[in-house]
Amino acid sequence: MPYAFLDDLAPADVAFRAWGSDPGELFRAAADATANVMVEELDSVRERERRHVTHARDSLDMLLFDLLQELIYFKDAAGLLLRVTHLTVAEHAGTWRLEADLAGEAVDPERHLLGVDVKAVTLHRFELRATADGWEAQVVLDV
Amino acid sequence: MTTPGNLRRVDDTIWELPRSHRKGMRVPARIYGTEKLIRAMDDTVFEQVANVATLPGITDYAFCMPDGHSGYGFPIGGVAAMDPEEGVISPGGIGFDINCGMRLVRTNLTRQEVAPHLKRLVDRLFDRVPAGVGKSGLLKVSRQQFKKVVEQGAPWCVREGLGWEEDLELTEEGGCMAGADAAAVSERAVDRGFNQIGTLGSGNHYLEIQVADRVFDPERARAFGISEPGQVVVMFHCGSRGFGHQVATDYLQSFLEVMEPKYRIPVLDRELACAPFSSPEGSAYFRAMNCAINMAFANRQVILHRVRNVFAEVFGRSAEDLGMHLVYDVCHNTAKLEEHHVRGRSTRLLVHRKGSTRAFGPGMAGVPARYRAVGQPVIIGGSMETGSYLLAGVEGGQQTFFSTAHGSGRTMSRTRARKTWRGQSLRDDLERRGIYIRTASFKGLAEEAGGAYKSIDDVVEATELAGLSRRVVRFAPMGNVKG
Repeated sequence: MPYAFLDDLAPADVAFRAWGSDPGELFRAAADATANVMVEELDSVRERERRHVTHARDSLDMLLFDLLQELIYFKDAAGLLLRVTHLTVAEHAGTWRLEADLAGEAVDPERHLLGVDVKAVTLHRFELRATADGWEAQVVLDV
Repeated sequence: MTTPGNLRRVDDTIWELPRSHRKGMRVPARIYGTEKLIRAMDDTVFEQVANVATLPGITDYAFCMPDGHSGYGFPIGGVAAMDPEEGVISPGGIGFDINCGMRLVRTNLTRQEVAPHLKRLVDRLFDRVPAGVGKSGLLKVSRQQFKKVVEQGAPWCVREGLGWEEDLELTEEGGCMAGADAAAVSERAVDRGFNQIGTLGSGNHYLEIQVADRVFDPERARAFGISEPGQVVVMFHCGSRGFGHQVATDYLQSFLEVMEPKYRIPVLDRELACAPFSSPEGSAYFRAMNCAINMAFANRQVILHRVRNVFAEVFGRSAEDLGMHLVYDVCHNTAKLEEHHVRGRSTRLLVHRKGSTRAFGPGMAGVPARYRAVGQPVIIGGSMETGSYLLAGVEGGQQTFFSTAHGSGRTMSRTRARKTWRGQSLRDDLERRGIYIRTASFKGLAEEAGGAYKSIDDVVEATELAGLSRRVVRFAPMGNVKG
């Protein structure tokens, strides 16, 4: 699994670290980690509804922030649990752009083993960096 | 945990970090707690409360209450009063869950009368007060109506028949903050909130049937309508849901864009983003935050209405007949303009309380007339296993701009708690002890185990020793709805 929940970084909330060989892979892993806080078995989420999101930022970390925030938005605004099905992250002239296709379905307490509601992506100890092996991000979610 | 080397004990329950502790501190920081509580605080509390002390316009001290633990920007338990002319407003001093708060409702029922109906009551409450991930409320309003709700708060609900007129007098600020302006709120915030009125949420939010198990102060208990041990009450904890979370997220980002470039305020921690209170950005956030405060008042008002309906249905008697009067509703994540005495002069201050409860003393304006002689009720939620408290504000509260604790405060992370307890076995264990639980998430239940929290008894005792509030009644849990 390209993400791991951290024991003590945020005692009252949920912290995770995610990895990828490129920014796109890292973003997918972080999106799954965020969804996994809300639903325990990601494979139980069927692809019944689709959403398309685009964002542009001058920094890669805030682009990740925007993607994760979309998952939280659709959970509240439409009651949807979503995963990334297709995603591109590219930089051009100092601007990072994200295009992502999301797919999932409405929360169903009968079929989904639910976790806790995520209120927000925080900037507390929020980090995204290139490593010797690829890319790594650390995220704290307010729950 | 290790405390900073220059932490000085001022009094039995007051500890101070001097301005020299770190560069940029404008005032010292004061942390409240017994030695046991202070030693158990995580290092981040000291770092964060020192950061708060650097904010422009901060008056007297940056405070942290005895239930303090690591937060975002401010520690949870953080209090800071800013000069509204020279000072800043910071979403990190309020929290993502704007106006997260507590409501306490009394009944004239005893434990013996409630016990045979407990399971049915909890099951019906679980149905009627939606809880957990992605749950919508049973109250349907249009986006336009929702904008009225966030400008008008609990009075909107009472006008719609979702409560009693007296509920408003017994809610902090009468259940409506003036100066709420829906034009300052994003459409995304409306999208996230308009279907969530009357929902509990998850995490540490809950609705609990409790029984008074110890009365510390009979006179104040009587004034608050708690006449004896054995009396059953209902307490619940929730806030402004997705709406408030989005307001905080929106403005945190807008403040980060202007904080250093426009206002020359150094960013020590991005979660401590702020803007001058009098600036266009600060003023817009204040108007939007007041909308979120009102959403939370409306949310708790609708939940109160559901609780009354469920009790009336199960007991076959009206809520009036069951004596289901609101004791009080308190906020613990807000920034409000208040009058306080600073060096002998009455001064208007913007008081940020993040995981801290306002605790006005006897005689103060803002305390409901019926409680004015005894002080404002303060509702402190404990873990679902260990009990909760009703306190009262006291004169000595002026040392912290009349602020006290809000809960028990975590000592163990959620991830560790999940490794230590299993949700199903915790529920079974509690049921053997006579506490019946319905939860939307066993994972979430394990994270809220009593052992993951500080002792609530230690926290409230520390607030009393420090002269911030006094103990009135302790309640033990009987049944719990957990998000």
